[in-house]
Amino acid sequence: MDARSPGLDEAEMIAAILAGDSDLYHQLIQPYELSVYRMALSLVKNETEAEDVAQEAFLKAFRNLANFRAESKFSTWLISIALNEARRRLRRQSTVRMESLDEPPEEGGKVSPALLRDWREIPSEALERKEVRNLLQEAIRHLSPMYREVLVMRDIEDLSTEETAGALAISISSVKVRLHRARIMLQKELAPKLKLASPKKRRWFS
Amino acid sequence: MILECKHVWDYISEFLDDSLPAETRELVQKHLENCEICSAILDSTRNILVLTADDRVFELPAGYSERLHARLAREIHGANSRPEKPTQD
Repeated sequence: MDARSPGLDEAEMIAAILAGDSDLYHQLIQPYELSVYRMALSLVKNETEAEDVAQEAFLKAFRNLANFRAESKFSTWLISIALNEARRRLRRQSTVRMESLDEPPEEGGKVSPALLRDWREIPSEALERKEVRNLLQEAIRHLSPMYREVLVMRDIEDLSTEETAGALAISISSVKVRLHRARIMLQKELAPKLKLASPKKRRWFS
Repeated sequence: MILECKHVWDYISEFLDDSLPAETRELVQKHLENCEICSAILDSTRNILVLTADDRVFELPAGYSERLHARLAREIHGANSRPEKPTQD
């Protein structure tokens, strides 16, 4: 769909696009199609909306490409735009959720993990089963937005603590506290369910 | 100093990120060696995060890429040179 320019790195592509070679934008964003969609999907209700948000985010990024500053990573910048686009949409849909989106309450009481006596490693092949994928998706959705955002950015999109703090405009210590709580909440919900979903004889494909 | 289980739980996330101060890490490590419950909590959390980060958990819908690039093309080329509508569903 677009001409390959294998010799150009990201910064060169961005410069070329800004200089008028707009078609290079297709190539520039290709590595980030999944991460932007995933960021959106973790925040909005369904796949259709997530796709909309992702498209909007890529369009916004194109229109605002001149504002991109090379001191941040392009991927982080894109993910921030997707985050803001998803938040904007949620705000429009529901005023009830605004509080949790805009004014996260103080990190209150402690969260405790699910107590187990032993854990049998669940191999990633288990993800071939839709049931297991659904369990994980649901558990992420069950987190409130302030925890979900941090977890998705840090553990799924692989942003650093600093990048996450920057994108969310919160402190580094807030990122750490929220991430900790999010991870423990995921463990609490998922460990018992995954244990049940894991048969004694591990026959994931049967 | 001996750590109780509930204190160890507070350190799980930073333990996984390897961002604890050395002496705290050592205390946690010692506790884990003797506590099957805390070891299971740590192992399950690590395991769950590995699964969560797998690309298979959230997959792109069929035709996503084509629809995205078609829309970008319309934007990039403006209203005057609108390409044909994509033919996929």
